[in-house]
Amino acid sequence: MKATDYACPLPSGVSVNELALVFDQNRDKRLLIIPALFDEANRMRRFTVEVMRRLDGAGIDCFLPDLPGCNESLQGLAGLTSVDWSDAMQAAAAHFGATHLLAIRGGGLIHPGGLPGWHYGPVKGSSILRQMLRARILSSREAGRGESQEQLLEMGIEAGLELGGYQLSAGMLRDLQAIVVPDGVGLTVVEQEMIGGSPLWLRAEPDEDRAQADALAAVISIGISA
Amino acid sequence: MARGCATYSTTAGGPMQHKTDRLLRQILADVLGLKPGQADGFTPDTGLFGHLPELDSMAVAGLLTELEDRLDIIIDDDEVDGELLDSFGSLLAFAEAKRQAK
Repeated sequence: MKATDYACPLPSGVSVNELALVFDQNRDKRLLIIPALFDEANRMRRFTVEVMRRLDGAGIDCFLPDLPGCNESLQGLAGLTSVDWSDAMQAAAAHFGATHLLAIRGGGLIHPGGLPGWHYGPVKGSSILRQMLRARILSSREAGRGESQEQLLEMGIEAGLELGGYQLSAGMLRDLQAIVVPDGVGLTVVEQEMIGGSPLWLRAEPDEDRAQADALAAVISIGISA
Repeated sequence: MARGCATYSTTAGGPMQHKTDRLLRQILADVLGLKPGQADGFTPDTGLFGHLPELDSMAVAGLLTELEDRLDIIIDDDEVDGELLDSFGSLLAFAEAKRQAK
């Protein structure tokens, strides 16, 4: 595994380098992985890399790019929308010559299309947003401030909003309210029942599970060879 | 460790309460990353929010959302206060009442 980068387009028209973790031996099967979003990205990262290790062992090159504004990115998240993330993934797919795609959780909401692949643990944008709003309301309440979802949303779609440490633009908020996985994109849904155990994105602390990583890697390596 | 729980769950009432109890233990196990059976040790007095350091606001938000999905209920933010989340017993009583009110 090594850390490399890819040229990521930004809304301003310039392009910046963003980090990507890769297992690349110029093999024929090349899987782009779109990470889970926001807080779930942290909770799912180790699992995602564990899946990559297994796929590498199965002869599949894998690429896990950073989304601009997240992880190691130096870009501010506040100026971005989900379309910019989708464009970034499109650029990463082209840069690494991806033949297939694996989207994790909310990653399926920003996949660029055009590649066959899988979507593990689909979730709607509105569910992600609802959970982040709820977390903010809970911590505000602890601090003695009363806030409501309606009030926060109203404020957010005008001027943006910080949720869970993520500075979301007004555009990103509007996107999250509405965004669902587009139909007819050809991604095979992998539900948790196929993987077994309880989903790692629910964990309060990042965790790992070898059996689950084995299971998801098996689904992909069997499917990619079919 | 399981004694308190065994006593509790056999006296918890009808089938619906049983199901809610089981689901709530399962969700807590999922959120807290407990091994199968570990959540059986929860008693009504087992402390949650404010007692378990890993149960921060993001984790509680996840827990409530999961509770809504699996029990097919809607939890209004106004209903969520420190008291509700204080113990396993208070959260269970709330979830049961919500299910019955459906």
